[in-house]
Amino acid sequence: MRKLLSAMTGLAGGMILSSQALAQELRNPAAEWEHLWDEVMLDITVIGVVMTIAALVMLFKYRATSPDQVGTAKKLTTVQSISFALIPASIFMADDFYLAANGWTVWNAYRRVPENAMEVKVTAYQWYFEFEFEDGTLADGSDFQAVKLPSDQPVVFRMTSEDVLHSFGLPHYRVKEDIMPGRITYIWINTKEEQTNAVLQCAEFCGDQHSKMSNPIHVVPREEFDGWLAEIAAEG
Amino acid sequence: MSTPTTAAGHAPTAAWKEWILTTDHKRIGVLYLIGAMAAFGVAGIMALIIRAEQMQLGMQIVTSGTQYNSFLYFHGAAMILAFLIPGLTGFAANYFLPLMIGARDVAFPRINAFSVWLFYFAIALALVSFVIPDAPDIMWTGYPPYSVTTAGNTAFYVFTVHLLGFSSILGAVNFLVTVIYMRAPGMGWNQLNMFVWTTVAAFVLQLIFIPVLAAAVTLLLFDKYLGTHFYDPSAGGDVLLYQNLFWFYSHPAVYVIFLPAVGILFDIIATMSKNRVFNYKAAVYVGIWGTVGIAGIVWIHHLYISGMPDWIRLGHMVTTLLISVPVGILTLSLWGTLYKGAITYNTAMMYAASCLYLILIGGLTGIPLALPSMTLHLSETSYVHAHFHFIMALFSAFALFGGIYYWFPKMTGRYADGPLATVSFWLNFVGVNVTFWPLFIIGKEGMPRRYWDYEMFKDVQVMGFYFEDFHKVATIGAFTIALGMLLQTINFVYAAFAGKPAPTNPWNSKSLEWTHTVSPPGPGNFGDTDVVVDENWSPYEYSK
Repeated sequence: MRKLLSAMTGLAGGMILSSQALAQELRNPAAEWEHLWDEVMLDITVIGVVMTIAALVMLFKYRATSPDQVGTAKKLTTVQSISFALIPASIFMADDFYLAANGWTVWNAYRRVPENAMEVKVTAYQWYFEFEFEDGTLADGSDFQAVKLPSDQPVVFRMTSEDVLHSFGLPHYRVKEDIMPGRITYIWINTKEEQTNAVLQCAEFCGDQHSKMSNPIHVVPREEFDGWLAEIAAEG
Repeated sequence: MSTPTTAAGHAPTAAWKEWILTTDHKRIGVLYLIGAMAAFGVAGIMALIIRAEQMQLGMQIVTSGTQYNSFLYFHGAAMILAFLIPGLTGFAANYFLPLMIGARDVAFPRINAFSVWLFYFAIALALVSFVIPDAPDIMWTGYPPYSVTTAGNTAFYVFTVHLLGFSSILGAVNFLVTVIYMRAPGMGWNQLNMFVWTTVAAFVLQLIFIPVLAAAVTLLLFDKYLGTHFYDPSAGGDVLLYQNLFWFYSHPAVYVIFLPAVGILFDIIATMSKNRVFNYKAAVYVGIWGTVGIAGIVWIHHLYISGMPDWIRLGHMVTTLLISVPVGILTLSLWGTLYKGAITYNTAMMYAASCLYLILIGGLTGIPLALPSMTLHLSETSYVHAHFHFIMALFSAFALFGGIYYWFPKMTGRYADGPLATVSFWLNFVGVNVTFWPLFIIGKEGMPRRYWDYEMFKDVQVMGFYFEDFHKVATIGAFTIALGMLLQTINFVYAAFAGKPAPTNPWNSKSLEWTHTVSPPGPGNFGDTDVVVDENWSPYEYSK
């Protein structure tokens, strides 16, 4: 008995330790998004296929053979009626809560900004973004030029707008958040992987040039990023 | 030469005058249908222009981004406010709800006439926005600050919403009173047609939530033209206030459209299967009223990326997922109504069967969107655009068209079925799939909504194809639907005057509008004897 108890406390202690270790690990929201997407797709595909087959079978099987034929479904008893409501409702709710739990886990990855993240202040205008880096350097995004970020540090964008609603959309990182006057919103991205094909786009309707409010976002080695920052600081 | 007189000895009224001055719920229903179809036509042309513009990179069809935005505005606002809501709660409810409950008219016929003319004024106002130089270029959502700072005429939007809202509130009161007090003697609540229940639910939603929308847009009007600052943070206002008020109405508005469409579907399927509605009480009290109960506590899922606090985004994730319970029960009842039926196929039933597919695709693709973490990426992409078209636009429009085929013999004494009806159905059904499936696929890869150009994605490939290729396919689909709808309209007009004559109850239905009236029903609906039903009567009792 004592052995069992100590084994159990040991197990619990181990779980707490490992969850602390997990909390410190740098999460990758975009990868977790893809994983959750696959899970949800599997879930809805199974429901969709079962329901489609059921409908097709019944639509085919129960065709009337003569114009006078009538349906022969029996009236449900009270117990059947209640069961046909409660059992499906329980199944739907079980699935709902399962998805909600998984969705919440991924949500935490998106919303908990790593402590060592580099802060970039974003100001949106009709119709361009402006970026202010930690050293005060301003990068003006109005000419569609690429914005560079370092690969050795996660990046958090703190965003506000000077005119109307905009949205900071990064499909490559599976994230977006609206930008509005009077409030500051944020998103963070895991930039471990170097890349030159991400696109920033405005994703909240903002008028005439809404479709043209965009910059490439490149993640590059630290030296290249520093060089680029020095360059735009000198230009500025 | 004697002047022809009516039975009562009055001189007959000119036909146009009879229609303009009518207080008959059936004629008012037809007026709603004509207005709704006109709005559908114009808004459909806008959709074709939008799709044609997106077919290729760059700007080909429209002359400016602002013009494109005006077309988007008109398409969205007209389809929702002037086609779907008036088509379902204006046309279908007006014409058939009193017949289904055995009433001779609605409770307040003159107020009913006032409602339809308010609707026509709203359509006229919306159409005027095409000929003024500064057309509204906001979206149908009208989010500030853009709707306040734009040079476009936001007042047209606000006044159109006011007129339609006023019309809907009057309609809601009228029909709720009618159903509560004017049911045929002996007709209990559990003997109502599903369409009556869903329409009652839709009107309850309208009555509760429209005032909130009216307040939201009125404050917008004050901000833009009177210099108030309700939505202006620089003077202590808040931009998010509008989004909350707007979606507090506009999410329930989805059910104002969805529920009557489900009701029509139940009536078609039960009639054509000669079967009772499966688990009627669960469908009514859990399905319909559960949807109403949850309608007002899920709106934040339209604001998942708007910068709302995390706790409320997660709270509404749970409530949004729980929509699956009432809607799932309704779906099971629809499926169960087929079980052991004796199904007859005709155009109405083909539309109804296709709706079973549309509700599945539209409903299930909404599940990822219930999760805020998924929506952080999917929001404002063409994935969302395809999802709500499936569930709201396609499902509801197909149910309405199915309903028109189903009730056509009642309204005209003639069938609308025939080769033209079949061909146009298939064009429409294939067309909607060809249009919207590609948008799901590129939406998941980031294709944004409301873009007239997508140059930044020109090198992105999905499954070996560029976004442009998917847009081309979608555009072909849109023109297929256009052809289908054109043929269908020709079919309706032709059939109304020269279609095959139909007997009074061509589908052998048990519902009162078929068993107790001639086609089309005259003034007062039921001739000289009032309708009385006994406690065993049901619109779905075929086995006796």
